[in-house]
Order: sequence, then C-alpha cells, then structure tokens
Amino acid sequence: MFRTALRNVLAHKARLLMTVLAVMLGVAFVSGTLVFTNTISDAYQNSSAKGFEGVDVAVQARYQDSKGDQVGKVPDLTQAVLDKAAKVPGAASATGVVSGFTAIADKDGKLIGGGWQSEGGNYWGTKDARYPLVSGHAPSGRNEVLIDSRTAERAGYQVGDTVRISVDGPVLEPTIAGIFTTDDGNVTAGGSLALFDTATAQQLFGKKGAYDEIDVTAKAGTGQAALKSQLDAALPKKLVETTTGQKLADDQAEQISSSMSGLRQGLLVFAGIALFVGTFIIANTFTMLVAQRTKELALLRAVGASRRQVTRSVLIEAFVVGAVAGVTGLVAGIGIGAGLRSLLGSLGATVPDGPLVITPGTVAAALAVGVVITMLAAWLPGRRAARIPPVAAMSALHSAPTTRSLVLRNTIGALFSAAGATVIVAATTMSGSDGQAPMGLGAVLLIIGVFVLTPLLSRPLIAAAAPLLRGFGVAGKLARQNSVRNPRRTAATASALMIGLTLITGMTVMAGSLQKSIDRMASAAIRADYVVSMANGNALSPDVAKKVAATDGVTASSPLSNSPSRIDGKTEFLTGVNGSAIGKLTDLTVDSGTFRVAGSDVVVDDDTAKSHGWKAGSAFTVHYEDGKAQRLTVAAVYEGNQLIRGIMLDSAALTPHQSDPADMQVMVKTADGASSATKDRLEKALGSNPAIKVQDKQDLSNSIAQAFTLILNMVYGLLAMAVIVAVLGVINTLAMSVFERSQEIGMLRAIGLDRKAVKRMVRLESLVISLFGGVLGIGLGVFFGWAAGQLVGAKMPTYELVLPWARMAVFLLLAGTVGVLAALWPARRAAKLNVLAAIKSE
Amino acid sequence: MSTTPIADRRTTSVAARATDLSKIYGQGETQVVALDRVTVEFRQAEFTAIMGPSGSGKSTLMHCVAGLDTFSSGSVRIGDTELGSLKDKQLTKLRRDKIGFIFQAFNLLPTLTALENITLPMDIAGRKPDKQWLDSVIQMVGLRDRLGHRPSQLSGGQQQRVAVARALASRPEIIFGDEPTGNLDSRSGAEVLGFLRNSVRELGQTVVMVTHDPVAASYADRVVFLADGRIVDEMYRPTAETVLDFMKQFDAKGRTS
Repeated sequence: MFRTALRNVLAHKARLLMTVLAVMLGVAFVSGTLVFTNTISDAYQNSSAKGFEGVDVAVQARYQDSKGDQVGKVPDLTQAVLDKAAKVPGAASATGVVSGFTAIADKDGKLIGGGWQSEGGNYWGTKDARYPLVSGHAPSGRNEVLIDSRTAERAGYQVGDTVRISVDGPVLEPTIAGIFTTDDGNVTAGGSLALFDTATAQQLFGKKGAYDEIDVTAKAGTGQAALKSQLDAALPKKLVETTTGQKLADDQAEQISSSMSGLRQGLLVFAGIALFVGTFIIANTFTMLVAQRTKELALLRAVGASRRQVTRSVLIEAFVVGAVAGVTGLVAGIGIGAGLRSLLGSLGATVPDGPLVITPGTVAAALAVGVVITMLAAWLPGRRAARIPPVAAMSALHSAPTTRSLVLRNTIGALFSAAGATVIVAATTMSGSDGQAPMGLGAVLLIIGVFVLTPLLSRPLIAAAAPLLRGFGVAGKLARQNSVRNPRRTAATASALMIGLTLITGMTVMAGSLQKSIDRMASAAIRADYVVSMANGNALSPDVAKKVAATDGVTASSPLSNSPSRIDGKTEFLTGVNGSAIGKLTDLTVDSGTFRVAGSDVVVDDDTAKSHGWKAGSAFTVHYEDGKAQRLTVAAVYEGNQLIRGIMLDSAALTPHQSDPADMQVMVKTADGASSATKDRLEKALGSNPAIKVQDKQDLSNSIAQAFTLILNMVYGLLAMAVIVAVLGVINTLAMSVFERSQEIGMLRAIGLDRKAVKRMVRLESLVISLFGGVLGIGLGVFFGWAAGQLVGAKMPTYELVLPWARMAVFLLLAGTVGVLAALWPARRAAKLNVLAAIKSE
Repeated sequence: MSTTPIADRRTTSVAARATDLSKIYGQGETQVVALDRVTVEFRQAEFTAIMGPSGSGKSTLMHCVAGLDTFSSGSVRIGDTELGSLKDKQLTKLRRDKIGFIFQAFNLLPTLTALENITLPMDIAGRKPDKQWLDSVIQMVGLRDRLGHRPSQLSGGQQQRVAVARALASRPEIIFGDEPTGNLDSRSGAEVLGFLRNSVRELGQTVVMVTHDPVAASYADRVVFLADGRIVDEMYRPTAETVLDFMKQFDAKGRTS
C-alpha cells in the first residue's frame, strides 16, 4: 500500500502543491517563532549574565508591608548599612548603586532612544570597576557627567562637549567628563546610560544619603553563599534582603524567558490560526483527490484491498505531504527567525548579538505540526474513501459526487449557532470579567455553528449576488451556478477566508470603539488646554508645576500628585491637586454635594465612595504615608472615569506629608486656548526639556490613536498569514474545479464561449466564493466586536460601538481582490484548455 | 424509404467545403498524415454521414471543417468564410453563430435546466432566441414537459434530444454530430437520428455526422467513406445493407491489399 500511496503523491504533485504550501506556511510560522524567541532569549540571558559578573551579593531594601494605619514603604539603604556591609570579613568591596530615569538629548535637542530605555546612575569613587573608562575622567558635581560609548557614538558626542540632560524636571547642561563601556543589558539593547558622581546621583534621584542597592564583591576564597550569610548576620534583617549574584542572574534569566514565552505564546496563537485555516484546505484537497480517484480506489477494493488499507493509503499520502511540508516549513521558519532579528535591528531596537538557536524541540515541533495537522485533516476523506464500494470500478459512468443530505448537518449547525449566539448575548448583560468566560465559550460555539452551516448559507447568500453577476452575461450565470454546485467545497474554501476576516474585523471594531471612547472620555472630563508629563510616565519634579504656573498666559494650572495612604485599614491613593484651579481644569459630573477641594474638604469618585459607604458630607480619617492622621470631609461625590478618579485633595494638605513630592502630570489652562505659540512658550519655560511632553487634547488623542494603530497593524500583519493560507485554498479549489470540469469547459468552448468568457467565468466563481467568505467573516467580526464591546462598556461609561465602515469596505474589497488574484492561474488554465482534448478526455 | 428527389437539391449552394485539406502530425520519421488532400463539399439541406474505420481520419475531417481543430494545408470554407485565416476569437464566434454541435457525450451543462441548455449558444452570443422557432424545435424533439429538468433527471436519449434541440435552436448554417448516437440504445438512437433527418427534410437544415454505425448512416442522404486520410467513395440514398456491404468489401480489400 505504501508504494501505491507514494505513487499517488508523485502523480498529483501539482495538485498537492497548494496543500504543501498551506501547511508549510503554518509550520514556518511556528518554527520561525520558536527560533526567533529562543535566539533572542538566549542573547539577552548571555548579556544579562555578563552584567552580574561584578556582583557576588546584592543588598536591597526590604519592602515594609502596609499594616494598620501605616502605609507600606521601602526603607533607605543608608551609608551606615554600606559601611557595615563593607566591613564583613569576606567582603572585598562594597559599591552603592543609585539609579533612575535620565534622558539624554542629542545635538538637535531630541531624546535619544525610547524614554523607557534612558537610564542614569552613579559612578563609584574615582575608579568604578563596573564602568571602565574609554576616555576622560571620573565625574564630579552637577556639571560633569559620563555617558556610555554607544550613546556617544550614536549622537556624535565627545569628551568636553556640553550635553542636555533631564532627570525629572529642569534641564541640566553638564560637560561630558568621560566615556565608558558597559555590558549593561539595557545599554546593549539600545538604551542610554549617564553616570554622575554618587552624591549628585543621590540628590538627582531623590535618595539623599541613600542607595537603591549595595553590591558586595567577595574576597578570593570566599564563596557567594558564605558572603551572603556573613552579610545576613551583620545587617538588620528586617530592613534588608541579600541575594547572591548567581541568584540575580538566574532570576533575570527566568524573567527574560518568561517574558519571551509570553511573546512566543502570542505568536503561536496566530500560527495556530493559520494552521487551522490550513486544515480546511488539506481536507478539501484530499476530498477532491478521493472523489477523482473513485474508480481507482474501487479497483483496489475489487482486487482485495480492505477498507482499512484504503484509508491507510490515503493517510500515508497525507503523511508524505505533511512531512514534506514540515521539512520545508522548518527551513523557511529558520529563515523567518533570522529575518525577524535583523528586522528588529533595523528598526532601531538593538538586540544583543548571539548565534541563531535551533533546538531539537523546534525541529520536532515543526515536523510534528506538519505531519499531525495534515493527517488529521485527511482522516475524514480517508474514511470516505474506504466506503467506496468495489462495484464502482465497473460502472461506466463517471459517478457524480454523492450529494448526501445536508439535513443532519444543518440541524447540528443551527443548534450550535443558536446556542453560541444566545450565550454571547446573555454574556453581554453580565458585568465585565464575569462575562468573559461565557463569551469565549459562546464565540467558539457560534464559529463552529457557522462553519457547519456555511453550505446552507452559501445558496441564499450567493443567490443574493445574482443581480450583480447578471451583468456579466452567461459567464456570470455559469459562475454563480458553479459556485453553489458543491456547497461543501465552497463552504470549506470560504470558511478558510472567513476566519481571518472575522478576527481582523472583530479587532478593528473593538479597537475603533475603544479609541473613540477613550477620546471622548478625555475630551469630556478635561477642560485643560495642555497636559504636561514625563516622556516615560515617570514623576515630574515639583519645579515643573511652579514654572508652568509662572508662565505668561497660563490662567490656571494644577499638578496631579500621587501618594499612598491608609483609610480604614485599606490602601488608597490620594491625588493632590491645586484646589483653587482644579474646577477650571476638569469637567466632572457631580453626583451629590458641592465640588470643593480646599483644606480638609475633598472630592471622591463614585466607586471609591461606594466602597467606603461615603456620601457627600461624610467624614473619615486618613493616615498619610508619613504616618500622620487627619480628618477629611467628603465635599462632593463625582463620576469617575479612566483618566480621573479617586480621592482628590488640596496639595497644600498633602505635600507636607510626602517624603519625595513628585507630580504625575500638570494640567494647564491658558488665556487664549491651545495654540502652537502657547505650546512653544510652555516648552521654553520648561527649558525645552527633551524628557517632558507638553500635549494638547489633539496630541493626547493622537497618541492614543497611535498606540491603537500600532497594535492593530501588528495584529493585521500576523493575521495576514491566515489570509494568505486562505488564498492558497481558493487557488486550490478553483484549480481542482477547472480540472474536474474540463469536459464541460471544452463543450462550452466548442459551442462558442470564447477564452475571455471562460476566464471571466472562473474569475467570477472565485470572486463569489471569496466575497461569500468575506461577508460571513465581516458579519461575524462585527457581532463579536459588538459583544466584546458590551463587556467593556459595562466598565466604561463613554463606550460606544463604532463601526468602521470604511475599513469594512476595504476588507470586503480585500476579499474580492483575494478572489481575483487566486483565480489568475486557474482561469488561465481553463482558457488554455484544448477544446478537442477536453471533450474527448473521459 | 424516402422518395424525395434528392437530385433536385444537388444544385443548391454549398454550406461547407474543404479543398485539398491536409492534416499532418509530427515531423520526419514520426510524421503521421491524418488527412491527405481531402476535397469535399457539404451542400445545404443535405444530411451527410462520414464513415470509415478507426484511424481513417473521419473525426479529424469533421473537427477541421467545424473549426475545432487546425489544419496543415488546404482550405476550409463555412458559407463565405475561409477558416484558415481566422484567429481563435473569430473561430469561436464562427462556431457560436454559424455552427451547431452534437457530441457523443457531455453535451449538456449539469447546472442548467434543459431549456437553459437549449438556449445556451444564444445566451453566450447575448441574443434573444426566436420564440416561434424555439417552440417548433422543442415541439419536434418532444421535450415540452421536460424543459425545467436538469440533465441528471433525464435519460440518455432525452439528454441527446436536448443536444439536438440546442444545435437547431440557433438556426446554424450547419450542424456537426460526432457519433451522436454512440452512447444510446438503438431505440433512443433511432429517435435522435429521426429528428436530425426531419430537420433536414422539413426545416432545410444542413447536417454532417461522423459515425461508424451503418444503421445510423442509413438515415443520411449521402455517405462519404474515408480511409487512410483520403476520401475513397461516396454513396447516395444509403440503406443499412448497402453501407454494410460496402464496408465489408472495403474491409476485405484492405486486408488483401
């Protein structure tokens, strides 16, 4: 049987090509993902391991949990702790580490690198072993800084140049005292690092006289574990914790691989979708191959092959196809993995160097996926092949494909669809997270139901297209009839396309609606013309608020500062605002009471008020982060939203209790509204700081839109794979249909249908099938988008369903284009058929 | 049999004519001559049968004259049109407008009803069928109550009658049949041949049919015999017996020579 199967594969090379391609794409996606994530993960681990080479034991402050009325906090690692650590007998040296956000501007005043990769730290003493100097000398005071060699090279800085640097507020303009090299993972990954002397760094990063971490190196002969136990004994156990360098490296490695596995899983989901779509094509191909070989298989049965042998021969064929697809897919996947890495590199995200990692697991996964998917998909056609009676070999007539009743199928499909839709609609009435699980279940049921129902749906939906096709004359009429001729085949082909479009449309609807609602929220609740914040989301220095308030044309401004507190034994974050200005800067709906923020009068959002059982006029005791208590009164309860919520009180009341006052953002209202001149004035007042963003409402909504566009584009890119696989499916179906109908086409040509019309007929059939899949997919996508939105909407009062009509038209157009493109080759083949040969061929 | 004076019609004009028609496959040693300088005329309102043993070139002759196949040299005319100079597009148009076909099998599109199959050539041309003519054709082949059926719901004989109706419906200048009764039982075959003969007698249609069956040939007004790519003889007012006799003689000659 194996030989027969192998011969069959070779005999139908061309017809199996699309199947192989479809499986191959899925496998390539899977193995590409594995190669890429393994490679990156390995490279990061190597580079981070290097970064821990100089650390034998790290001493860090232990977080003190919130207890009773005491707000939890991190104690300082003081100079005294450092001195104690340095005196431990096994310690060779102890280095205090201070770090924080530090933005470096290039020569044009623009921020170097993404904001989240801009780091700053301290240079220890006069010679710091962590950062070997390439040139220059150790920094001293606020006017000297060191920068890493990669950043210096990128921006063209040299020792002696003046550089603009911002930590959390005013711009510093120190000279570059020196340039150093480092293995710091952040720098090797494309970030920047600036170093000050220790005292300056402590001051800049708000750690006066204290450190973030103390790195201790061991004397020769003392192990890391021994040093750790010495330190544990010497240092106050309640306040600090010690970790060996090895453990730090291991932890970091684990963290890297777990963050990589998140990425990997995300990518594999998309690979899975592509493979799922591929199964439709495999099943379709094998069904057609079996139908075409009815006589051949019957002959095998007649000469004594058992049913099992027939099934097995089909499965062996599938195995061969799957194995070929697996191997080629693996090779393509390795290429993809390598390509992705250099793509990342060219996008500016410097990935640490390292060899391409191809694990045995990757190879095994690629082959297993290829073979298992193909064989699973070919299983049903294989069973069908076994049911061919031996007598079919004798019948002279080409046996028409048995049109088994669709009644059972339709009943099952209707039940599934109805159940799915009901569950989804029921889930939309639930609140937020409760509805997620039922909605997922409903979505799966509905998709299965629609799959099963597509043959039934194909007739009415394609009939609806008849008026359009009538314009194409006979070709259109024949195309329409051909497309409903084998509803199962049409359905499977269209379904493949449907999946991709369902997901694409669903995502688009969701993203569009979310974006709109966040936009509306921002414009509804905020009256301020500008919002000033840090590029990386860090806190702003209190100086910023003062400078903004003093700028010409500013009529009202308020910082928003954040501070933890304990209320009734619960941690609540307090928002400190300028009480006299906040009313002009926000436009909050007041549920009860009078909006007033001054002295001990505060305003509270509805959710917080509800959770504490407060009403306007209620009084409560707050314990600030410094432990002091105060009695506050709820002046008003307002409707909170995603941007503004919580307890707002006057900065004058809050600031004295904050150890390190810092503002998350500053809201600004100006006399003449938002204009570029005002914006310029504000930016100038803030010293044209590269790290500080001054955004008007349009900027805010643009940046929201940008974030959504980025995510959507990534999802589109990933789902494109599923669409490409679906295109292969359409090509395959058409090619097979043309092959099966060659006699008919020959007859049509003989009685006067010209080549152009034959081509048009095939193209229109393809178009009809593709648009059918497109309409189903877009319809389902909108439904899912609506349903998911109902869940989100429960938490977001401004949520509103936005139907992206233009996008949906583009998707439909895309489906049509897919159809036309997929038909190119089959249509050419049909038109080129030799009339006589086609008629004669039995 | 028929007493209609066929001689009267011989003077009428020619529907199709092949002159010195040759068809050669391959080159050099492997060269096969399928048609060797054949000259033949098919007159209007005449029913001609082309006969000959397999490999004699009878199908090739029909395919070349019908514009389905290309030829190596010579000329073919349908009415006033010379086929040799036509491109595929023009040939297709010619077949559509001037020629009707009846094949041995696969004459009908399974997705279309009987009526839609009958009007298919006119649909392709974008012409409205002549209602009265269509009616009389349908009447003649006796398919009135089967028009809404699909081919799979019709018997083989009925399917072939649909094919005859289709060929007649567009009033082509000439109808070509390639073994039109080859797949039919003798009764159904007789019916189909009867319709073809009636269409010639009553409607003045021109029909050319390739067959190897002497009984089928006996329905024709004239039989042309082909052997080794040449016309060897022709016979007017054939009967099954005379045709069979000729074939036997011919066969015997072929064996002894």
